Amino acid sequence: MEDTNIDSRKNNSRVKEKELTLSMGPQHPATHGVLRLVLDLDGETIVKCTPYVGYLHRGVEKLAENRNYMQVLPLTDRLDYISSMSNNLGYCVAVEKLFGIEVPERTEYIRTIVGEMSRIANHLLWLATHALDVGAMTVFLYCFREREAILDLFERLCGARLTVTYPRIGGLKNDVDPKWLEDVYAFTSEFPMRVKQYETLINKNRIWLQRTKGIGVISAQEAINWGMSGPALRGSGVPYDVRKVTRYGVYDKVKWEVCTGKNGDVYDRYRVRMDEFLQSNSIIRQCIDQIPEGPIMADAPKYTLPAKDKVLTDMEHLIHHFVLITKGPQTAPEGELYVATEVPKGELGFFFVSDGTGKPYRMRVRSPSFVHVSVLPTLCEGELIADIIANIGSIDIVLGECDR
Amino acid sequence: MIIPGTDLVEVAEGTRIVPGGNTIITTVDKLVNWSRKSSIWPMTFGLACCAIEMMACGSSHYDFDRFGVVFRASPRQADVIILAGTITKKMAPVIRRVYDQMPEPRYVIAMGSCACSGGIFNTYAVVQGGDTFLPVDVYVPGCPPRPEALFQGIMKLQEKIEKEYFRWSPWR
Repeated sequence: MEDTNIDSRKNNSRVKEKELTLSMGPQHPATHGVLRLVLDLDGETIVKCTPYVGYLHRGVEKLAENRNYMQVLPLTDRLDYISSMSNNLGYCVAVEKLFGIEVPERTEYIRTIVGEMSRIANHLLWLATHALDVGAMTVFLYCFREREAILDLFERLCGARLTVTYPRIGGLKNDVDPKWLEDVYAFTSEFPMRVKQYETLINKNRIWLQRTKGIGVISAQEAINWGMSGPALRGSGVPYDVRKVTRYGVYDKVKWEVCTGKNGDVYDRYRVRMDEFLQSNSIIRQCIDQIPEGPIMADAPKYTLPAKDKVLTDMEHLIHHFVLITKGPQTAPEGELYVATEVPKGELGFFFVSDGTGKPYRMRVRSPSFVHVSVLPTLCEGELIADIIANIGSIDIVLGECDR
Repeated sequence: MIIPGTDLVEVAEGTRIVPGGNTIITTVDKLVNWSRKSSIWPMTFGLACCAIEMMACGSSHYDFDRFGVVFRASPRQADVIILAGTITKKMAPVIRRVYDQMPEPRYVIAMGSCACSGGIFNTYAVVQGGDTFLPVDVYVPGCPPRPEALFQGIMKLQEKIEKEYFRWSPWR
């Protein structure tokens, strides 16, 4: 009797000796930024995974409280810097709802086009880095080729490659020219062929399949309970897309489908994004076909900047311009508001508490990355240490948005 | 060997050749610095937005490899650390530690407004410039800088390395 007790104690101590605590990050090439994970390992199996965030906390929400609504816009670029156009759009849609501004139809179309281009650019970077982490170098180089094409188009449109700040509250910075639309159209006619190229590289690659199939499985119910959104949620088979649920842009005027997976593993999340490439591509094409002529700024002089020629000739517009630039919109309604949009990573929500002054009293960003980082332990625990790289890639996090 | 009766021809500043002969005459400093500047290996250390532009530099369109710049994931194999992005107060000790792990001679490039001066993030959480805790060699401004701007930063660093005297020696 005594002997067995001693034996079991011995066994326990032996097991404990084998456990290893490993700090992964914040400097690690595969953590997509500055994420730090503390892993408790039993051999190669992860017993416990604890994410530590905050290495990129820049205080964006606090900064926003001291700036007027227009000045906050450039900060939203730096939240999710991979698809800054989508973040700008999300912010503008939220503020327009707060102010009660209706934007012109042409603006809605252009916003949808650039939003979907930004989605393609984001998924391209995601595929590039995810494939690089799992071990496919060629995909990285191929994806960046197309991403550069999109960034060049952005640069022609607004002058910036990455941090665009193209949308404005109530409209856009400038109108698009027909030549630009033609070039976007040319890009979209070529792009499906490119997607096929990526698929031939990795879709049936044995190493890719072994490292992604059946890894990081999360059930639909669990994914909903964790608050996941975007392709990570749709990979588990939940057809939830904010673009379908709420109304913004012209997503109700074009034909497209919500792509879903089945098994909720890394491979299905990859498939969802690959399908979204083609859906976004088709949305852009339909938008360019349907785009109407018209103004690009909403007619709301108390909230949007007036045209420059009117400012120089008309007293009233000059006053509006002065007040908006120096103090921000002075007639903002009081209250609280939450507006969500679908950014490439998931549901990006902006929550405002407005006290009627030109500045938000409180701005809270509901970022998909933060939620997805919190799911990471559920995905990783019980699996091998090598799979953590595939898992981090599959949930598509960016730490600027996560830590804000 | 210098052949008597032939004149040495200066092909570049401080580098002379024997006409017709397979001989170059120059200082060891110049030779070593020339080879050092042609293989600057930076560390993959993306902090924020600028890291995406740094990745774009390394990828197919811009192709950093033609400068001899190959990204390494380990500080022990790196010559230069590119501070690409916002440095927060939580991250600064980590960067310092990584910098300390790099072998001498080592260089620092501050890429982007945040790494140069804190940029637009003048808040409680952000370090106002990488030069507050690291000896920065080259500043590359921009939010984020274009890949071409980072190229120029690397080329400025190459110029700096070229002018160094005896830096490569262990008895320095």
